Amino acid sequence: MITVENVRKVFPLPKGEEFVALGDVSLALQDNEFVTVVGPSGCGKSTLLNILAGLETPTRGRALVDGEPVTGPGPERGVIFQQYALFPWLTVRKNVEFGLRNRGVPRAERRATADHFIELVGLERFADALPKTLSGGMKQRVAIARAYAVNPSILLMDEPFGAVDALTRVRLQEQLLATWSQERRTVLFITHDVDEAVFLANRVVVMAARPGRIAEIVDVDLPYPRTEESRLSPRFTALRNRVWSAVYHQESVA
Amino acid sequence: MTLVEAETDVAVSRGELGRRAPGVPRTVLNLISVLVGLGVWWGASLTGIDIPGPAVVLKRGMELAADGTLGADVLASVKRVLSGFLLGVLAAVPVGFLMGWYPAVRALVEPWIQFFRTIPPLALIPLAIVLMGIEETPKIFVIFLASFLSCVIATLQGVLTVDRTLLNAARVLGANDRVIFARVVIPASSPFILVGMRIGLGSSWATLVAAELIAAQQGLGYRMQSAQLYYDLPTIFVGLISIGLLGLLMDRLLLLAERRLTDWQETR
Repeated sequence: MITVENVRKVFPLPKGEEFVALGDVSLALQDNEFVTVVGPSGCGKSTLLNILAGLETPTRGRALVDGEPVTGPGPERGVIFQQYALFPWLTVRKNVEFGLRNRGVPRAERRATADHFIELVGLERFADALPKTLSGGMKQRVAIARAYAVNPSILLMDEPFGAVDALTRVRLQEQLLATWSQERRTVLFITHDVDEAVFLANRVVVMAARPGRIAEIVDVDLPYPRTEESRLSPRFTALRNRVWSAVYHQESVA
Repeated sequence: MTLVEAETDVAVSRGELGRRAPGVPRTVLNLISVLVGLGVWWGASLTGIDIPGPAVVLKRGMELAADGTLGADVLASVKRVLSGFLLGVLAAVPVGFLMGWYPAVRALVEPWIQFFRTIPPLALIPLAIVLMGIEETPKIFVIFLASFLSCVIATLQGVLTVDRTLLNAARVLGANDRVIFARVVIPASSPFILVGMRIGLGSSWATLVAAELIAAQQGLGYRMQSAQLYYDLPTIFVGLISIGLLGLLMDRLLLLAERRLTDWQETR
């Protein structure tokens, strides 16, 4: 259970000005929900994720995970970054084992866990390869396996498929849902892609900029597992159109 | 699973993308270049310019090798270069890391480093002699300084350019500061450190000969200096070529280490 209570985040700018990344944001995620956050750049969606990850502290308000205030990164929260953030000097398996090693998991157990998640993302043939030999989509799958390996109850994903081509992106979305259906977690997924937001989520949070705030929350009542049919269904189109206009026809407050 | 198959092909072929131009292999071209150079040298020595030809220099080199002078000189010089260079690297790496990690350390140390960087290490020789005498210490000290200064800047640069996302990724995976330092900062800055070491080795060699002018009894620089008094050009050539070959050898060894240690880098 994730709760965001009246979070405000202000970044100081040079010349004494300030940028209000998040105005006054409140949000609650139930366990095992898949929530996507979509909005224009500058709406504070990445800031919101960083606060939940414990990489930023809110200027005001607080973020709670299972009732506990977030004060820093924690093992129950896995983070997946847009730039993959794989350690380039470690093999795929060593990357996936990184978090387990920090926890002092014995070698044999580490390896078994890593291999399980590498297999889950379909990269068992590349377990001993260095990241530089992998394509962007494969790297992101390694990052997903690495986040899963430490067994977090929450996955925070910051535009994870933003840097891959459209075709790969669709495959990765399907694969992410397949992984999620086998290993249920609470997912907060940031994206700027409306289709992606609707296809993945059971709730879409639409944010607006200046100041960063939640404009609308759209429930996606499409059943899982989602397939190509879901993507092409009239219901999907209707939801997509609704989210689209919420994102692109925002009245400005400022 | 068609996607995985397609990506497999990409991943494999990417590794095999050679950059070699078709035609003559590189080593053959290298060899031709060396032979042409020797030919030009030999030709020049025949035209009446007052330099010894390759054959004369080779003969002198063999004489010096036979009576043990060359071996002793090489040993003395290599010992000085290696001790100064290694001490410089050993000091530079921790200092560079501390400067990169703690802004306060950087602010305290950097003015001195930037100041000493503008002074050629050779300019410190008179001071070093006065303060440290004429034994090995002042020679090794200036070589140490040359290697330290190039290596410390490279290490600092390496730490400063560590990708913030990698640090964040390590933190969210439960790494504490010690682990982040050992398993992220050090490997991420290793390419910079190795480049700094190569540059440091270059400046160490550059400083050697002048350092050996300080009342040395042995060493390639000393040998050339004393040969100058007797107009013994072949010996000067033997010294020059020895320094060049040894420097090249050490640089290649470091390059090899660099290749092995930083093979993970995306661009090469």
